[in-house]
Amino acid sequence: MHELQVTESILNIALKYSPANKVKKIIAIHLTIGELSELENEWIQRYFDYLSKGTLAQGAKLVIERSPIRMKCDSCNHEFQIKRDDIRNIECPQCSQKKCTLTSGREYHIKHMEVM
Amino acid sequence: MEEIRLIEIKEAIHTDNTIKANLLRENLSKSKTFLLNLMSSPGAGKTTTILKTIETMGGRIRTGVIEADIDSMVDAEKIAAKGIAAVQLRTGGFCHLDASMVEKGLEGLNLDNLDLVIIENVGNLVCPAEFDTGAIKNVMILSVPEGDDKPLKYPLMFTVCDVLLINKIDYLSLSDFDVDAAKTRAKNLNPNIEIFQISSKTGEGVEAWAEWLLKEVTGFLNQP
Ligand SMILES: Nc1nc2c(ncn2[C@@H]2O[C@H](COP(=O)(O)OP(=O)(O)OP(=O)(O)O)[C@@H](O)[C@H]2O)c(=O)[nH]1
Ligand SMILES: [Mg+2]
Ligand SMILES: [Zn+2]
Repeated sequence: MHELQVTESILNIALKYSPANKVKKIIAIHLTIGELSELENEWIQRYFDYLSKGTLAQGAKLVIERSPIRMKCDSCNHEFQIKRDDIRNIECPQCSQKKCTLTSGREYHIKHMEVM
Repeated sequence: MEEIRLIEIKEAIHTDNTIKANLLRENLSKSKTFLLNLMSSPGAGKTTTILKTIETMGGRIRTGVIEADIDSMVDAEKIAAKGIAAVQLRTGGFCHLDASMVEKGLEGLNLDNLDLVIIENVGNLVCPAEFDTGAIKNVMILSVPEGDDKPLKYPLMFTVCDVLLINKIDYLSLSDFDVDAAKTRAKNLNPNIEIFQISSKTGEGVEAWAEWLLKEVTGFLNQP
């Protein structure tokens, strides 16, 4: 699993924003992770604890929110949300077409962080 | 006691890789090299399929291969033994390739002499699906012994691929693999996915897949 590399990017981004904001300590980092991503919260936190030792982010808590899977119908452009389990059988709720494109659900974002 | 402040970030975590991948794609468009990313579970037949595909295309385009192996050179040696240009990327435990690793691999090939570069990604149906390699097309292999339920278990992989190769169809008679069920499941996830049934061992079906690839590459090379 690639949690380690993703965690490294999270830490780097958090540290990058720190000097300009005169951060002394990072308390929490709020993330949004797409519902379709296979990342596991527990592992991200574990790797983070390991990688952040000795940095401003040591001890910071990762607060993870899952963002919904969104699709757009190829024929009528209708945009709609689906649950992870429904991805196995996608159908536009407006025109019943099956050809739809994934517009979000696999992205990872850092929203903001709590700092002192 | 100091107050806790909130800092807005709003940065995508994969940004670096996405930017790199897009840049790579742009450069490859200019240098006229078609990059294909091939993914599957371990042992589904990536190396065998690459060899059979190149053999079937029969020198109509010049092809090179980037091999990702955790810690060996086995696959690269197999490819090079056939006289095909190959580079080995040792991923040392990485579970996928990203755009900067692919860029390094491309540096080891003479792109002026190549129309197509095939990446054999790390054997894994999860992580490679999440990282853009800079490829023009993404192709995955599902082999018959793995079972027809894989689209249900690894939806993202089936969602990001342009082509699904159902490999090892010579095993079908010994198996309860239901080709129609696998196809329907894959199409439900990704209605635009192209599906070919092949056996890289006997060569059955490889012609149709190779024709599709040749057409894509030629179209790309002839772009103004
Ligand atoms: N019967 C049969 N065997 C196949 C076919 N394709 C590949 N194999 C066999 O499956 C085994 C694995 O094939 P590889 O091409 O090494 O698979 P791979 O995906 O490159 O494997 P890794 O690189 O280790 O992940 C080999 O013994 C191949 O000979 C096929 O179509 N039919
Ligand atoms: Mg291989
Ligand atoms: Zn619709």
